[in-house]
Amino acid sequence: MSANNDSFSKTIIVSVALCLVCSILVSSAAVLLKDKQKANAVLDKKRNVLIAANLLKPDTDITSAFANIEQKFVDLESGKFVSVNNPATFNQRQLAKQADSSVAIEKDIASIGRRSKTASVYLVKEGKKIKTIILPIHGSGLFSTLYGFVAIDSDKQTVVGIKYYEQGETPGLGGEVENPLWLALWPGKKILDHQGKPVLQLVKGGAKKQNEVDALSGASMTTRGIQNMLDYWLGEHGFGPFLSRLDVRKGEA
Amino acid sequence: MATMAIDVKEIKNVITKPISDNNPIALQILGVCSALAVTTKLETALIMCLALTSVTACSNLLISLIRSQIPSSIRIIAQMTIIASLVIVVDQVLKAYAFETAKQLSVFVGLIITNCIVMGRAEAYAMKNGPINSFFDGIGNGLGYSVILIIVGAVRELFGAGKILGYTILNPVNDGGWYQTNGLLLLPPSAFFIIGLLIWALRTWKPEQVEDAD
Repeated sequence: MSANNDSFSKTIIVSVALCLVCSILVSSAAVLLKDKQKANAVLDKKRNVLIAANLLKPDTDITSAFANIEQKFVDLESGKFVSVNNPATFNQRQLAKQADSSVAIEKDIASIGRRSKTASVYLVKEGKKIKTIILPIHGSGLFSTLYGFVAIDSDKQTVVGIKYYEQGETPGLGGEVENPLWLALWPGKKILDHQGKPVLQLVKGGAKKQNEVDALSGASMTTRGIQNMLDYWLGEHGFGPFLSRLDVRKGEA
Repeated sequence: MATMAIDVKEIKNVITKPISDNNPIALQILGVCSALAVTTKLETALIMCLALTSVTACSNLLISLIRSQIPSSIRIIAQMTIIASLVIVVDQVLKAYAFETAKQLSVFVGLIITNCIVMGRAEAYAMKNGPINSFFDGIGNGLGYSVILIIVGAVRELFGAGKILGYTILNPVNDGGWYQTNGLLLLPPSAFFIIGLLIWALRTWKPEQVEDAD
């Protein structure tokens, strides 16, 4: 090491040069890989939607399986379909943070504070008819906010499937929300009554009725979170108005 | 730069030493945080090993290349800049090519920046030695870290979930099999126990690693 390394000018030159080189390295990596990362994120979302709708088999090609699934946007208060400016970049989480695109939740049972005015839903279609309605849900568990999809049959009462795609609960306890065996308990359960009220209960000690699902053992707080977010999102302040408006035969709302 | 000649003996030394004689986790007790966090599954552990080894090797190489130019008053922050940049690049690459695993590793790839092994090697070795030796010193220490992570990851996944790399080895009760999975092994504290047992085993095999009593 030469002695003049510690001079003022040398220090400035080295640090500026280093920062320049490093920032070029980092930004070029980010730019070069951006398309691939975006494609991954889109594919991942599609995969989770398909899992929720029980349409993903081990050999399913995600893009082709997604061909008869339509993404729609819903104004939650009126329950009507709306169009959004740029569907490809629609980000419900981002919208929930902005004052003009979100509303504060008064009875905040899901502990999420604010929610976006519009939400994206996925509809599995057969011609014009809707076969399955896939709704995004989220809410607080014990440590984290859980994000998932719940898929409801065209009778608007029966669960087709449920899938959580992002959670940070205790592995082995609350983290079992991702356990396929637990998720397999859901299909066929009655989640809403004929008036559109959420009726599904997570129960301890063995589910007996059509509207009961076994709670996760050792994860009371996570279970409570799931219960609350289902009650909120399927209730009158969540997707309730949309579900009651939705005409499954014509595919309109 | 007259001493660019490749010193095979030194290279061999810097690669093998950190695996058993001077293991970064078991002897220097560095990088334990990530070793607890990413070892619930062998797959995440392997990706983490790969990420850390490449970051340590490349940061050692780059820091060694410019070591004679770094003013000593800003040397730590200069090292951090290089390490942080490399970690971000690795994180971006993982998000592009190993999306699922990158999601599971979440913050822990980013936390390689603060991993003491990377910083420690930069300061202790790369600042004093040539680029080629430094590069291999990084590889060696990455391997030392990897050995421990792979053992811990394998034990935790096998006995905690009955699987290795996702393939069922011990059929767990939850799937209708016979093996009652050990839930403790899926929680971070279990990695402490396993690392502790490994250190015990290592020091029984190599008693010179035992510290003197205070």
